[in-house]
Amino acid sequence: MADLQQLALMFKNLDDQLVNCMRCGMCQAVCPLFRETGRETDVTRGKLALLEGLAAEILQDSQGIDTALNRCLLCGTCQANCPSGVQIIDIFLAARAILTGYFGLSPVKKAIFRGMLANPRLFNALTSMGSKFQGIFTKKVDDLLGSSCARFNAPVVADRHFNALATRPFRKIVPRLDTPAGASGLRVAFFPGCVVDKMFPQIGEAAVKIFRNKEVGVFLPAGQACCGIPVLTSGDRQTFNTLIEMNVELFRNAAFDYLVTPCASCTATIKELWPHLYSGSRDIAGDIARLGERTRDITEFMVDSLGLDGLGVTPAKEDVITYHDPCHLKNSLGITRQPRTLIRAAGGNFVEMNEAGTCCGCGGSFNVAHYELSKKIGNRKADNIVASGAETVATSCPACMMQMTDMLSRRDKGIRVRHVVELYADSID
Amino acid sequence: MSSPQASALVGEFSAIVGSDNVMTSEIDRYAYSYDAAVLEPVMPGIVVRPTTSEALGRVTRLCNDNGLPLTVRGAGTNLSGGTIPHPGGVVILTNGLTRILEINEEDLYAIVEPGVVTAVFAQEVARRGLFYPPDPGSQTVSTLGGNVAENAGGLRGLKYGVTKDYVMGMEFWDVQGNLIRSGSRTVKSVTGYNLHGLMVASEGTLGVFDKIILKLIPPPQAARSMMAIFDSIAAASETVAAIIAAKIVPATLEMMDNFTIRTVDNFRKAGLPTDAAALLLIEVDGHPGQVADEAARVEEICRRQGAREIKVAHDAGERNTIWQARRDALPALAKLKPTCVLEDATVPRSKIPAMIAALGEISRKFDLTIGTFGHAGDGNLHPTILTDKRDKAEWQRVEHAIEEIFDRALALGGTLSGEHGIGLAKRNFLVKEIGQATIDYTARMKKALDPKNILNPKKMEG
Ligand SMILES: Cc1cc2nc3c(=O)[nH]c(=O)nc-3n(C[C@H](O)[C@H](O)[C@H](O)COP(=O)(O)OP(=O)(O)OC[C@H]3O[C@@H](n4cnc5c(N)ncnc54)[C@H](O)[C@@H]3O)c2cc1C
Ligand code: SF4
Ligand code: SF4
Repeated sequence: MADLQQLALMFKNLDDQLVNCMRCGMCQAVCPLFRETGRETDVTRGKLALLEGLAAEILQDSQGIDTALNRCLLCGTCQANCPSGVQIIDIFLAARAILTGYFGLSPVKKAIFRGMLANPRLFNALTSMGSKFQGIFTKKVDDLLGSSCARFNAPVVADRHFNALATRPFRKIVPRLDTPAGASGLRVAFFPGCVVDKMFPQIGEAAVKIFRNKEVGVFLPAGQACCGIPVLTSGDRQTFNTLIEMNVELFRNAAFDYLVTPCASCTATIKELWPHLYSGSRDIAGDIARLGERTRDITEFMVDSLGLDGLGVTPAKEDVITYHDPCHLKNSLGITRQPRTLIRAAGGNFVEMNEAGTCCGCGGSFNVAHYELSKKIGNRKADNIVASGAETVATSCPACMMQMTDMLSRRDKGIRVRHVVELYADSID
Repeated sequence: MSSPQASALVGEFSAIVGSDNVMTSEIDRYAYSYDAAVLEPVMPGIVVRPTTSEALGRVTRLCNDNGLPLTVRGAGTNLSGGTIPHPGGVVILTNGLTRILEINEEDLYAIVEPGVVTAVFAQEVARRGLFYPPDPGSQTVSTLGGNVAENAGGLRGLKYGVTKDYVMGMEFWDVQGNLIRSGSRTVKSVTGYNLHGLMVASEGTLGVFDKIILKLIPPPQAARSMMAIFDSIAAASETVAAIIAAKIVPATLEMMDNFTIRTVDNFRKAGLPTDAAALLLIEVDGHPGQVADEAARVEEICRRQGAREIKVAHDAGERNTIWQARRDALPALAKLKPTCVLEDATVPRSKIPAMIAALGEISRKFDLTIGTFGHAGDGNLHPTILTDKRDKAEWQRVEHAIEEIFDRALALGGTLSGEHGIGLAKRNFLVKEIGQATIDYTARMKKALDPKNILNPKKMEG
């Protein structure tokens, strides 16, 4: 373990970014966590001040700072609204990496990240097994699910309403695809992401159905690895690099127009984080950049590239649908219009809910580590969904779907949680 | 706080506010060591968060009994160091006191706790068809207690006044923990000294606000916005004077200089005239007939004074474009350099051309980037110095420039601060404006009201 002075030195390298925070405090208006707790250490301004305090060797309690830093949804709402344009998420991710380097990765996380995530076959095998033994999970498997992809956290807590792991994951239903472009003239690489694969295979099936219907060629290679967001947020840069390398290897030589994903977190990670956070030794910066440029959220692809603009579609009156903006689409990529357009294109009777763009409280591993807080934030979301009068809440991120399912199932209102592409796939029956 | 005596104190605070609402860890204390002013942080010894009015009073008294300096903190957005605590002192948070106790639609007042967020309150008032005009740029986070303690202004100051014009009365705790009442729910009240008036702009040095009675008004029925483009800053500032001279009081009358225009346009690509020397952003409001008439006359005056072009907003979208440009001014400037010093020296509005010229000289003399925008209608400009506080040599020039801005403003019959307050940042300059006798008078008053000098010591102390 490096000593505190060395740690301070590492943080001094962040100084050029930290100094841009003018302490105006405007982030207090938007941070979903601060809204619940009112604590300055929970809001961006406080966290950035703590990092500066550590760099300036005013603060000694590095463990406390690590804890404060991890109380964060990484939702990016503060960054999207910061008047000073501070690159907050970059700072937080870099700081987590430094602190993880300093304290070391917890043994459980180390086993999971390096042993499982970086080894998709083993990971897949374990989660399949998990799906057969749900309910009688041993502590070990709970840990695996809880902190591997933050979102397989479901069975960790007894009173939690969880999505069962799919009995047949998507990769078993559609192991691989390699079809040429049809009438659309387009061919996509499809990256379903871990959550779709293991928990919501129906989203993957809906996407494939739409591609077929619109005559879009699909390249879906077997052996896709996690996009890396769970390990990155835990500060494990080593595994993050490995996962990027594995995925780049799969896609770099294939011919396609876009890489399409139905998971907002995967899209944002591949597009925004891979290009400037890869720090491995391979000479793949060019490949990563090209992949990033061609990566599209699935609703963005369907509306902007396939031209599904919903014009002339009359809404079917009965099912009222509202939409929740995933942080990784709204804050990271500024995508808010396309999913709504797609709901209309699917004939949905769309109503806007209050605070549609406010985080659902999932926040990856935040949900595992701070379940009570996560639940509070999620309940506010659930209140807004219920108040909208909708019978279905649609979104475009499977992680948000897990959280909303958990929160809504406590209400017993019969409100369904679905991915926008599922709605569209239904409409083309 | 580690001595036995200290832990006994922690226990006493906990007994009043509950241990969840007492923070003593290093990192919690550090998180309350700063505010939005460009000043060095100072660590408090303890942070407490009362959630009832009674607890607020008892905490104040406990501080006094033990001679502990205390600093009340709202959202910590003030720009003058008003919430930078005394070393090892007590920080009292008001974000546990956020109830709107009453909105009276018949008598047009509201009673609030000090931690209510300005915009939340304004929205709640608007839902009842009423209007609370003070709108500081920080309103989505600032608290009403902080607004009163700083006498916050905003874009609507010219016509609607500032926070002080809406404070009808108040209840506050004195240092002994007595609840002091002043003012009332009535439009007229001359009962007793105007103590609530004394509390306005007191920066937490005279009493701890517990409840505030605020005046509400009916909202204007119509509004029209326009943007006038000028090739000379003198012409723009003379236009400001000409509009007022024509007995028209726009709700908002804002100015942006060329540097700010270019920065904002670069930021949002909103198609602003980047070659213009200055923009005036104007909104008149009131009865529809009056609005139409005044808008036409303002347009006429702008033209006569040499505006190159006038864009009148015809719908909500165009109106928003105009005001977005103004809202973008600070964020756009702030992004240019790491440190952004937002000044607010204010002059009589007829002296705006002279002040703008002075700012130009100062920026050249000290070789600094200064963007100027602000409330031209009330003489409250925001010269914004863009710098990097880590560059020691430049920072020294910044300090000299600030001093010279104050001197020039005072020479023009102006004031050190239009709305951001004195706090720690400007206390050393106070004597220049108000003189030693006033400082002594204030010190005697403070001594009488707060004998142990526990209420936000050093702030506004000349
Ligand atoms: C981006 C930005 C824009 C701004 N725009 C404007 C503007 O347009 N106009 C303007 O006037 N200001 C502006 N400000 C300055 C600041 O927001 C105001 O001064 C605001 O009133 C401060 O409110 P606060 O809740 O943050 O108070 P704080 O900063 O927490 O406190 C300010 C002072 O009030 C005292 N105080 C707070 N509550 C109490 C209480 N209950 N009893 C006694 N004393 C109390 C504190 O001790 C302190 O001295 C801006 C600041 C920022 C960062
Ligand atoms: S909004 Fe941005 S600049 Fe302001 S305090 Fe928060 S992080 Fe810092
Ligand atoms: S990323 Fe989200 S939770 Fe974290 S500080 Fe920013 S707004 Fe708050």
